[in-house]
Amino acid sequence: MEVNQYLEMFIEESKEHLQSCSDNLLELEKNPDDLAIVNEIFRSAHTLKGMSATMGYEDLADLTHKMENVLDAIRNEKIHVTPEILDVVFESVDHLEEMVMDIANGGDGKRNVSDTVAKLKRIESGETSDTTSESPASVADAALAEVAATAAAETSPKLDYDDFEKTIILQSTDQGFNAFEISVALREDCLLKAARVYMVFDILEKNGDVVKSSPTVDKLEEEQFDQHFQVAFISKNSAEELKSKIMKVSEVDTVTVTPLSKEFFIQSTTEETFKAAVQNESPAIIVPKTPEANNNQRSQAPAKNGHAASKTIRVSIERLDILMNLFEELVIDRGRLQSIATEVNHSELNETVERMSRTMGDLQNIVLTMRMIPIDTVFNRFPKMVRTLSRDLKKKINLEILGAETELDRTVIDEIGDPLVHLIRNSVDHGIESPEVRRAKGKPEEGNVVLRAYHSGNYVFIEIEDDGAGINREKVLSKAISKGIITKEAALNLSDKQINELILASGFSTADVVSDISGRGVGLDVVKTTIESLGGSISIESTENVGSIFSIQLPLTLTIISVMLVEIEQEIYAIPLSSIIETSIIKNSDILNAHNQKVIDFRGKVVPLIFLEEIFEVPRKEQRADEYHSVVIVRKGEKLAGLVVDSFIGQQEIVLKSLGNYLTNIFAISGATILGNGKVALIIDCNALMK
Amino acid sequence: MNALEQEYLKVIVFQLADKEYAIPVSNVQGIEKLMHITRVPKTAKYVKGVINLRGVVTPIIDLRERFNIPATDSEDTARIIIITLDEMEVGFVVDSANDVIDIPVSSIEQQPEVVGSHEEEFISGVAKIENRLLILLHLDKVLNPVD
Repeated sequence: MEVNQYLEMFIEESKEHLQSCSDNLLELEKNPDDLAIVNEIFRSAHTLKGMSATMGYEDLADLTHKMENVLDAIRNEKIHVTPEILDVVFESVDHLEEMVMDIANGGDGKRNVSDTVAKLKRIESGETSDTTSESPASVADAALAEVAATAAAETSPKLDYDDFEKTIILQSTDQGFNAFEISVALREDCLLKAARVYMVFDILEKNGDVVKSSPTVDKLEEEQFDQHFQVAFISKNSAEELKSKIMKVSEVDTVTVTPLSKEFFIQSTTEETFKAAVQNESPAIIVPKTPEANNNQRSQAPAKNGHAASKTIRVSIERLDILMNLFEELVIDRGRLQSIATEVNHSELNETVERMSRTMGDLQNIVLTMRMIPIDTVFNRFPKMVRTLSRDLKKKINLEILGAETELDRTVIDEIGDPLVHLIRNSVDHGIESPEVRRAKGKPEEGNVVLRAYHSGNYVFIEIEDDGAGINREKVLSKAISKGIITKEAALNLSDKQINELILASGFSTADVVSDISGRGVGLDVVKTTIESLGGSISIESTENVGSIFSIQLPLTLTIISVMLVEIEQEIYAIPLSSIIETSIIKNSDILNAHNQKVIDFRGKVVPLIFLEEIFEVPRKEQRADEYHSVVIVRKGEKLAGLVVDSFIGQQEIVLKSLGNYLTNIFAISGATILGNGKVALIIDCNALMK
Repeated sequence: MNALEQEYLKVIVFQLADKEYAIPVSNVQGIEKLMHITRVPKTAKYVKGVINLRGVVTPIIDLRERFNIPATDSEDTARIIIITLDEMEVGFVVDSANDVIDIPVSSIEQQPEVVGSHEEEFISGVAKIENRLLILLHLDKVLNPVD
């Protein structure tokens, strides 16, 4: 299968194009008149169509084609953008996404989309009854544009002009300028086409103003044309003069200058639309007087090319993992070299080792940052999701995303998507009220949801803030008691924050009506466990009727973590710093007995002791009878425990490794790491120790 | 039968106590000298622990324990054979790893029913090569926990 090797690339790129489609569609919804956005969407759709046809996914290509037709109609101003049309286009993008996902999962990308296709067709043919009623003006416009188009095809000019360009030409002819359409043909053997084009434009701009060129200026500069190009031009000079001037440019084969008659435009453009067009455009731009002004316009076009993304290559994650592994080996070897160098104490060796260490430090930064990806890859699917949700729920919601460029290790990125989906759904469904309720409360009808990400220290914070109903603590409490999550007595002692966090408990759902968006009572506790399994935490701040903030704290990376190394007999274990509260030394006499459980009094709290040598069945050569014990106080949520070890070694950054596929589900061990001496140390899972 | 047409199986031969065992080369990643093994608590007795195999944490199974052969003090000849099977990478501690040989597939016989040793269930067959008796291991069963 020759196609197979391209499949992965196809899927990746399709996803990117679809993402860009939905991003731009949202943008278009905000600025329905910005045709540049439509063009952008059209380009993505077009590429997607081409790719999927090449790969043989006919359904995908077909639906994209139908969607493209609608976009084309919008682009050519035959139909106007309305939320209803966008709904259908969004629906198609959704279908396309499903198809691509299906292909990614080994399917054939087939899907029944006849419904959507029918809708698209209806829009394309302009039959949509609900859209025509929206704006009669736009239909009239469309009709006129079509008339203009057909008229243009019949008469001599080769270029199509939009209203704006027509207005310019009409106005300048009114002011005594001559309008021409100039066709320039370069010689077949012309080598520097772009240079010749530049020279022609240079001459033209000294003599008047270029209104339009076909192909566009950027394409001309990139030599994306055969031998011919056309220019619509306004000048005081005569046709003959212009022709002879252009002919002076070498390698120009023929020049045809056709005057554009005023009648042609008046014929095709009714007086009415002409006026409308004048009103739409600010008159200042229309009157072409100074060549400089046009020069500016022209120089803007090529500047756009500068926006092209910096050069990148795709590297598979697998290779990055291998690179990381190899690098870790180097780190371990460096450790050995350093200790050898100190033993030998040879100055040149020392110097070399030191230099190598520095280079490796830089290398480490690069290797680590290579695995970091902006959180945007997770965030980018939310605008569309919120849009769909708010339309389904008939709410008005504005989603604001801040800090999408914040970078996180890809291991975290992979895991954080689902919890965020849950939380945003929760905010949209339970947080933001319906427009009527909001009006009654004196809030603006449109609710705000802010998604914010930022770095702070070794952590990344993600916050979901809404200005909705907030948490009704009494309702939460009574629900929690009725569901048996807490007892009445315990409820009395809870802080506001603790009550808020009850909604994260499993089997909890406060929505009176169970909707299919959230509120099955399974969402938020999953969120909590997922975040905790990532070594993070979640907290909720909420004020009733003002809004809530869900705040997630996550470690920057899951592969490199800070740990405290401890020793038990000959064995070294690592305890993640994120679970440690503090370390302390306790005396034998401090240990108390309560229900067969050894406990200590730690700052007024009774903390159970866990003797790691018993839990881990560490073989002892001889029994220790120390009067003092080293204890690491760890926590899981609100619970504390003291882990008794022989001694503390110190704090260290380590690389987290899995134990492989053979050893799974080892009690209280979450993974392993390789120490500087090349030996393996196990990482203790404190959560499992405190059940 | 023409010797050229015979099919051969390339195996690694290793020693445990007084017997010789064989594992297909295709399953063997490498042979390592004995190195520091970190004990992993709360695992089966035959799981010696994990080692750092060039940056990859690899579990180690003591084949003597696995086959219930009494342990001896590890000698200089002891080796760790790293094998891969179904995405799993595991090391076997053996007394010594002797050589790589081609055994004709036709020389492999079913294990005789009555052997009476504990490793019986892990054996897929035996091969007689000249005067050596090679025991072929059933890797699936060695790796799968009995209980």
